[in-house]
Amino acid sequence: MSFSLFMQHLANGVSLGSLYALIAIGYTMVYGILRLINFAHGDIVMVGAYVAFYGIAMFLLPWWISFPLAIVLTILLGVIIERAAYKPLREVPRFQLFTSAVAVSFLLENLAIVVFSGRPKAFPRPPFMDQTFTLGGVRIVSYTPLIIISALLLFGLLTLFIHRTKVGMAMRALSKDIETTGLMGVDTDRVIMLAFAIGSALAAVGGVLWAIKFPQINPLMGVLPGLKAFIAAVLGGIGNITGAMIGGFLLGIVEIMIVAFFPDLAGYRDAFAYTILILVLLFRPTGIMGEVEPEKV
Amino acid sequence: MTTIQTQEQRGERRFGLTRNRILTVASLILFIGFLIWAQNNLDPYKLRILNLCAIYAIFAVTFNLIFGFTGQLSLGHAGFAAVGAYTAALLTMSVAQKQANFFLEPLVPLLANVEWPFLPAILVGGVLAALTGLLIGWPALRLRGDYLAIATLGFSEIIRVICVNWQNVTNGSLGLKGIPGHTNLYWSWGWAIITIFVVKKLVDSSYGRALKAIRDDEIAAEALGIHLARHKILAFTLSSFFVGVGGALLANLISTIDPKVFMFFLAYQIVGITVMGGMGSLTGSVVAAVLYTVFLEVLRPIESPFSIGPINVPGIPGMRMVLFSILLLLVILFYQKGLFGGKEFSWDGLFAIGGKIRARFARASVPPATPPANLKEE
Repeated sequence: MSFSLFMQHLANGVSLGSLYALIAIGYTMVYGILRLINFAHGDIVMVGAYVAFYGIAMFLLPWWISFPLAIVLTILLGVIIERAAYKPLREVPRFQLFTSAVAVSFLLENLAIVVFSGRPKAFPRPPFMDQTFTLGGVRIVSYTPLIIISALLLFGLLTLFIHRTKVGMAMRALSKDIETTGLMGVDTDRVIMLAFAIGSALAAVGGVLWAIKFPQINPLMGVLPGLKAFIAAVLGGIGNITGAMIGGFLLGIVEIMIVAFFPDLAGYRDAFAYTILILVLLFRPTGIMGEVEPEKV
Repeated sequence: MTTIQTQEQRGERRFGLTRNRILTVASLILFIGFLIWAQNNLDPYKLRILNLCAIYAIFAVTFNLIFGFTGQLSLGHAGFAAVGAYTAALLTMSVAQKQANFFLEPLVPLLANVEWPFLPAILVGGVLAALTGLLIGWPALRLRGDYLAIATLGFSEIIRVICVNWQNVTNGSLGLKGIPGHTNLYWSWGWAIITIFVVKKLVDSSYGRALKAIRDDEIAAEALGIHLARHKILAFTLSSFFVGVGGALLANLISTIDPKVFMFFLAYQIVGITVMGGMGSLTGSVVAAVLYTVFLEVLRPIESPFSIGPINVPGIPGMRMVLFSILLLLVILFYQKGLFGGKEFSWDGLFAIGGKIRARFARASVPPATPPANLKEE
């Protein structure tokens, strides 16, 4: 394999990885605080992409209005889901919360099939994101650097927010112990809502960028990226935001590289992530950055 | 949460001809009589619905064993069903049918020239599903319950990916057509009854008590000396076996399978059926499975255009599933007990209800001071 081809695959892997990482953060934040696998998160990604699609294709909005609108509406959806389907179940046994997450995911997918129709739609990519240029012999489409740069920017902002602000500190405290944090005077419900809002915002960005990279959207498009992003979160250490980013990038690069080096395996591409999951569960269940959590009685 | 129904069950353990035993045998005979009548008299459409009821009942009961009794969320039913379905389909299809199906790439010789009877094919399908269950459960079940959900959901997607790609065994996305329709009411309800019986025996045994202890508190259960992983894996493998059987029955019922049949949607539906029937209630699972299958058929017209007098209503494809998921969410949020709320059907319970009703009629003017005993909050 020539160097330039390798670099091309690497760029592809990193951009796919940034998408996984963007989605993985939402999983890891919610899991870190509520110990809940938010099955609906992948579908939130899908809704983000569809809102952007309808903004451009139906209401003929320019992309710079349509994309932020998608983010705002998706945040709203995420917060509504939290309020309606998860918050009332915080005191009951945890498996109820799980079934609720499954039900929300089921509802969103079925609703999307009815409302958006099951047929895939072509996502209108803004023209400036569609240009190919050559950089030192490496062919790059302009959306690749866009995806990577916007993901890195958001990660930087999020890290600052988590580690440098008071609310961020509350969020970290919440993931250690909800009850104690509440006793310290933190409004836990609001912080949890904020976690959902941030996760949904990143998911919306992920969804829109996903639709730009793979410009065909359908009501079940969020399922596979969602599952893989969750695996990325487990790989990085679930509950750890930096871990989710690292896990996302790693998973994206590994997925692209395996297909690049073993083209015969291309059909099984979607199975790699699960193989990685099983290996992580077997040999290092805490993931790369995760800490061993003492079991509480 | 369910309570452990010790006293009641001890009462049933007596030997000899008790009232309950006679009633059980009588109702079984009645039910078998109904099956024989139905198999000979009903049209294929109705038979198909009845068969589907049994298969969904198998799925729901096994899911209840894993989730309702052991507290482990498994979303891999679609994958295990696919294993059973493909195995049984390939073993029972005639040699000529296989040749007609595999025109892109020939089927591997090992499978190309076999045509087995139905029973061994079902059993092999079940055993293979159980083995895959063991394979997936072993790493995932040693950890906290949360991982099982993702591992199994991912696993069932892997199975689907394999079904799409393994051209010379599964025929890829073309699927298998012309599977002999061996499944009839005797097969489907026979296996459903076996499944219910085995699961009931298991959950009433000391193993079952251990499973319930794991569900209620893993740490406490471990402190009592219960080997967590071993119990979870046992329940999971057993449930995978029956899911494989259900898949085998399904393949021989619908006679055409392709990877799309076994999307994760199937697993979500089974979660819904079980939750609505009541977690930890086998009666609830069976009743909910039957209701679900029947209502899905009853509601079929809303997905195709129809007209009420002069008004034409366009059909909305997919609307049934939206209604189902809304109902499911409402049940989870506001009526977590589901239909049966962890209780089982028993003759004593039935007579108790009968007695209450009679008592209420006897003193109709006086409102009852307490709710009937068997509806009391637990």
